[in-house]
Amino acid sequence: MRTKAETLLAQTDRRLLSGREYRGVSRIDGPLVYMRNTHAVGFGELVEILAPDGSHRSGQVLDTSDDVVVVQVFEGTDGLTLPATGMRFMGEPLTLGVSEQMLGRVMNGLGKSRDGSGTVQGFTQREVNGEPINPTAREYPRDFIQTGISVIDGMTTLIQGQKLPIFSGNGLDHNQLAAQIARQAKVRGSSGDFCIVFAAMGVKYDVARFFIDSFEETGVLDNVALFLSLADDPSIERTITPKTALTLAEYLAFDKGKQVLVIMTDMTNYCESLREIGTMRGEIPSRKGYPGYLYSNLAEIYERSGKISGRSGSITQLPILSMPNDDISHPVPDLTGYITEGQIVFERGMQARGIYPPINCLPSLSRLMKDGIGEGMTRADHPHLANQLFASYSHVKDVQNLASVIGEEELTTLDQQYLEFGSFFEKKFVNQGFDEDRSIEQTLDLGWEALSKLPSEELQRLTDEEIAQYYGK
Amino acid sequence: MKERIIGRVKRVNGPILIVKDIKDAMMMELVRIGEQQLVGEVVKLYDGLATVQVYEDATGICPGDNVYGSGMSLSVELAPGLIGTIYDGIQRPLEQLMAASGAFISRGLTFDAVNHQKRWSFTPLIETGATVTAGQILGTVQETSRIEHRILVPVHIKSAVVSEIVEAGEYTIEDILATVVLSNGHQEQICMLQRWPIRLPRPVDKRLALKQPLITGLRVIDTLFPLAKGGTVAIPGGFGTGKTMTQHSIAQWCDADIIVYIGCGERGNEMTDVLKEFPLLIDPRTGHSLMERTILIANTSNMPVSAREASIYTGITMAEYYRDQGYHVAIMADSTSRWAEALRELSGRMEEMPAEEGFPAYLPTRIAQFYERAGFMKTLSGNSGSVSIIGAVSPPGGDFSEPVTQHTKRFVRCFWGLDRQLASSRHYPAISWLESYSEYLGDVKQWWNDHSDGTWYQSRQKIMDLLQKEVRLQQIVKLVGPDALPDTQNFILEVCSLFKTAFLQQNAFDEVDRFCSVEKQVKMLSVILAYYEKGLEAITKGVPMVKIRRLKAVQEMARMRLTVKGDELETIDRLQLRLERSIDQIGGIYEN
Ligand SMILES: Nc1ncnc2c1ncn2[C@@H]1O[C@H](COP(=O)(O)OP(=O)(O)O)[C@@H](O)[C@H]1O
Ligand SMILES: [Mg+2]
Repeated sequence: MRTKAETLLAQTDRRLLSGREYRGVSRIDGPLVYMRNTHAVGFGELVEILAPDGSHRSGQVLDTSDDVVVVQVFEGTDGLTLPATGMRFMGEPLTLGVSEQMLGRVMNGLGKSRDGSGTVQGFTQREVNGEPINPTAREYPRDFIQTGISVIDGMTTLIQGQKLPIFSGNGLDHNQLAAQIARQAKVRGSSGDFCIVFAAMGVKYDVARFFIDSFEETGVLDNVALFLSLADDPSIERTITPKTALTLAEYLAFDKGKQVLVIMTDMTNYCESLREIGTMRGEIPSRKGYPGYLYSNLAEIYERSGKISGRSGSITQLPILSMPNDDISHPVPDLTGYITEGQIVFERGMQARGIYPPINCLPSLSRLMKDGIGEGMTRADHPHLANQLFASYSHVKDVQNLASVIGEEELTTLDQQYLEFGSFFEKKFVNQGFDEDRSIEQTLDLGWEALSKLPSEELQRLTDEEIAQYYGK
Repeated sequence: MKERIIGRVKRVNGPILIVKDIKDAMMMELVRIGEQQLVGEVVKLYDGLATVQVYEDATGICPGDNVYGSGMSLSVELAPGLIGTIYDGIQRPLEQLMAASGAFISRGLTFDAVNHQKRWSFTPLIETGATVTAGQILGTVQETSRIEHRILVPVHIKSAVVSEIVEAGEYTIEDILATVVLSNGHQEQICMLQRWPIRLPRPVDKRLALKQPLITGLRVIDTLFPLAKGGTVAIPGGFGTGKTMTQHSIAQWCDADIIVYIGCGERGNEMTDVLKEFPLLIDPRTGHSLMERTILIANTSNMPVSAREASIYTGITMAEYYRDQGYHVAIMADSTSRWAEALRELSGRMEEMPAEEGFPAYLPTRIAQFYERAGFMKTLSGNSGSVSIIGAVSPPGGDFSEPVTQHTKRFVRCFWGLDRQLASSRHYPAISWLESYSEYLGDVKQWWNDHSDGTWYQSRQKIMDLLQKEVRLQQIVKLVGPDALPDTQNFILEVCSLFKTAFLQQNAFDEVDRFCSVEKQVKMLSVILAYYEKGLEAITKGVPMVKIRRLKAVQEMARMRLTVKGDELETIDRLQLRLERSIDQIGGIYEN
C-alpha cells in the first residue's frame, strides 16, 4: 500500500510524464490503437498520435490499465505502423478552444480549420465531453419560435431551447426543411442575438454545400459555425463532431448570451460509427448490433440543449436523422425519440403526393408545445384548435381505410366530409412553398378553414365560444 | 475516512474499475477513488481484486490511484428535511451541488442529504423509564405543514429501556434525543438522523391484505384498472405515448400521503418542470402545496449511469422510511427500463455472460426484488403504512415482448399498457382498455362499492362488456361499412365512442379535467350507462339512432368532463334526468 507521500509523488510523476513521447504500439485495429509500457494514463485523457509520416492526429483513452492503454484515433489509423507510431498522453481530457471568432468558419469534426483561412482561434478551453446541466439550474423553455411553417407552428410547435429532431429517410426533403427553419425562425417580440452551429456527420459534400449556399443567400453565413466531418472523412471523427459543435454552442449560449440553433445531420451516421468502435472492441451488442450504451451516449448529446436560469442564451437542437428502411422503430430514431422533446416525422407517401414539407403530424409531437402556445403566446384558441385538428385528421385516416375497402361512394355523408377536410388539410395547411413564411395567425386561420369543412357538432375539442368566433369565418 | 486505503486502481473501463491489492474491502462498501474522491461501490471481490462501480464520470482516473474505504455500505440519510428536496441518484441534494459548482455538475463533491445544523421542534412521546422496541415512535417533528415526521427507534434496537429523553424543544438532527439501555446493559443514543443501506429492505411486522384503492384522479385507472394501496403497476409504452404525463398526473393528484418521484435516466427538463410546477399546485384534499409531500430524485439520462442504477434503491428506501412512520407512500420510477439498461451496461463492462438482448441473467431477480418492496404493511410500531410502486417501462420500438416489459409483467399485478395508435390520435391518457388489466379488482371491490351506492363493480363490468363488443363490431364495419349493422348494434359503437371522448380521455392540461374525484367518476359512468340503456330501449321501439345522437343532452355529456367542476356534481344528476326525459319523449312519439 502506498503512503500519502508516495501518492503525491505519483501525481507529480504523472504530471511530469504527461506529454512525454512513446514510440511503438502493440496493436492497431480499426480506429483503435493499443500501447503497452506507458506511465499510468488517465481514463479519457487526450492523446496526440505521431504518425510515421510526421503528421499529428488526436485521440482519446477508451480503456486504461496497468498493462495496456486503448486509444481511439479521431482522424483514423490509415498509414500508422506498429513500430513507428508515437503517442503523447497529455494528462488532461479532450478540450476545444472556443471563441466567437469561430462563427463564419468552416472546421473539421475536431474544430480545426478546413476553410483555408488559417488556424481557428479559440481562447477559452472547454472540455468537449461537457458536464451535465444540473436540473435545478435549468429554466423550463417556453418561448414560441415561429418557423413560418404551418404544420410545425400549428401542430408541433418549436420552442426556444427545445431538442426537436427530424425523422426522415433517404431522398426526402429534410435538408430543405432544416434550411427553411434556419432562415425563417424568429421569436416574436424579441430581437435576440441569433446564431447557428452546424454539424455534419458522414453526409456528402453536396449536403454541406446546400446548407452553406442557403446560409450565404440569406446573408447569415458570418453567423454560422460549421463543423464538417463528411462521408469521405474518417468515420471515427464523426463520434466527436457533435460534441465539438455543442461545446461551442454551450459557450455561445451560456457565456455569450446568444440564441443558438444547432443543426446536426445525420445522427444515424454518428450512431453507426459508435457501433463500429463497439464491435471492434468486442463489446456485447444490444439491438441491431448497436452498443448497449447508445441511449446514454445520445443523451449526452441531446441533453446539451435548453436554457439555464439567470442566463439569457439558449440552445435549440434540430438533429436530422434518416430512418433506415423508413422504420421508426429502428434503434436510432427509437432511442432518439426517447430522449428528445418530440419529433417531426416525415412520410414518404406525402412527398410522393407532392406535399412539402412531407410531415405526418400524427406520429409527430412537440412535448414543449403545451407551455408555449395559447393566450399571450400564440393565440387563445391554439391549444384546442391543434387538439381538434389532430383528432379530426386521425379520423380521416380511419375513413380512408374504410373507403379503400367499401369505396368512397358507400361512405356516409359525414365521412365524405371528413375526406374533404383531410384533403384540404394536407394540400392547403400542411403543403407550402420552400420560401413561404406564414405568420401564426395565418396558420391558425387556415386550420379553422379546414375544420369548417366539418359540421360543428363534430368539433368536440373546441368550446362553443371558439366555434362562434372562428368557425366558418 | 480517507485514511483506510483498500486498494489501487488496476484498470478503468468507463464506470467500472478493477482494483488490486485488496485485503479488507467489504462487499457493497462505499468507497472514494483517487484524490478527486469520486464516489464508488464495491460490487465484486475475487483473488485479491475488487470490481468497483463509480457513481461519477470516470474521466481522469488512473491505474495506480488509491481507493479509500468508508467502512459502510452505500446508504441514505433518513431524517426530517427530506421532503421537498431534489436529489441525484445517490442522495446528493442538487440545490447544494448547484451552489457549489454552478449550473453544471462537477465531480467529487459530497454533501449531507439533509441539513445537519437546522433546528427542528421535537415533541417526545415517550417518558424516561419506558420500554421501547424497534421501530417505535419516539417523538414527532412537524416536517412540513402537512407531514408530521415521526422519529423511530432504530431497527437494530430490539428492546430497551429509556434512561433519558430530552424535553420538547429545538434540536438538530444530530443532537441526542434519548439514551436507552439495552437488555445486555449497553447504552445507545438516539438522534433524529439515521442511515440505512439502500439495497436492504427495511423490516416490517407483517404484510397486510390490500383493500384500499390508490385513487389517482384518472378515470381510466380508477374506474377500469384500479391500483391498490401497497400494489405495483407497470406503465409500458413507446416514446411519446404518455408514461411521464401519467406519472406526473398521479404524483400530483393521487391520495397518497407522500410521493417519491424518481426521474431515472430521463429528460432534465421534465424534472425542472416538476420542480417548478409542484410548489405552485395545491392538493385538493389538504389545501397544501404539493411540494410539501414530495421528494424528487433526478438522475437524468446524461448523468452517470451507475448512479442511475442506484437511484431506484435510494428512492424506495426513503419511501419505506415514511411507510414505517405510518404513511401511504407512492413511488414513481420513470423509467425502470433505463435502470435495467444501466444494469446491462455495467454488466457488459464487467464482462459477465449476457442473457436475453445483452441483459444480465439476474435481471428478473432484480426486478422482482424491487417490486417486492411494495406492500401494505403493519409497521414495527403497530401502525399501518404502504408503499405503492408505479413503474414506467420504455420498450425498444414500443414492442412489449422485450425482456424488461415481459419480466416486469411477471412481478406486477396491474398493467396499464399505452397504445401508440391512441397517442397518435391524441386520445390521452393512451391507456389501452383492451391490453390493460388490474388484478386488484377483487381487493378494492368492497371499497369502491361502498363509495358508489354499490354500483361500481357492476357498472364497470357493463362498460367493459360494451368495449369488448365494440371490437367485434368494428371488425365487421371495417369489412362492410357501418350501414350493414342494425341500429341496436351501431348504437353500441356510438356509446363506446362517446365513452372514449367523454370518460376515458382526460386532458392533463385542463384545470377542471386533470383531476376527477371518485364521486364525479361514479356519476359520469352512471349517466353514460343510462344513455346506453335508455337509448337502446328507444331504438328497439323504432327510434332512429341519429335522433338520439343529436340530443342536446348528449352533446353536453361529451363535454361534462371539462365543464362540470368538482363542486357542481349535481349538474350531472340533472343532466341524467334531462337525458332520460328527452329519450323518453322521442320514444313516446314512436310508440304511437
Ligand atoms: N393526459 C394527457 N393530457 C394531455 N396531453 C397528454 C397527456 N398524456 C400525454 N400527453 C401528451 O403526450 C406527450 C408525451 O407524453 P409523455 O408522458 O412525455 O410520453 P412518454 O413519457 O411516454 O414519452 C406530452 O408532451 C403531451 O403533449
Ligand atoms: Mg417520458
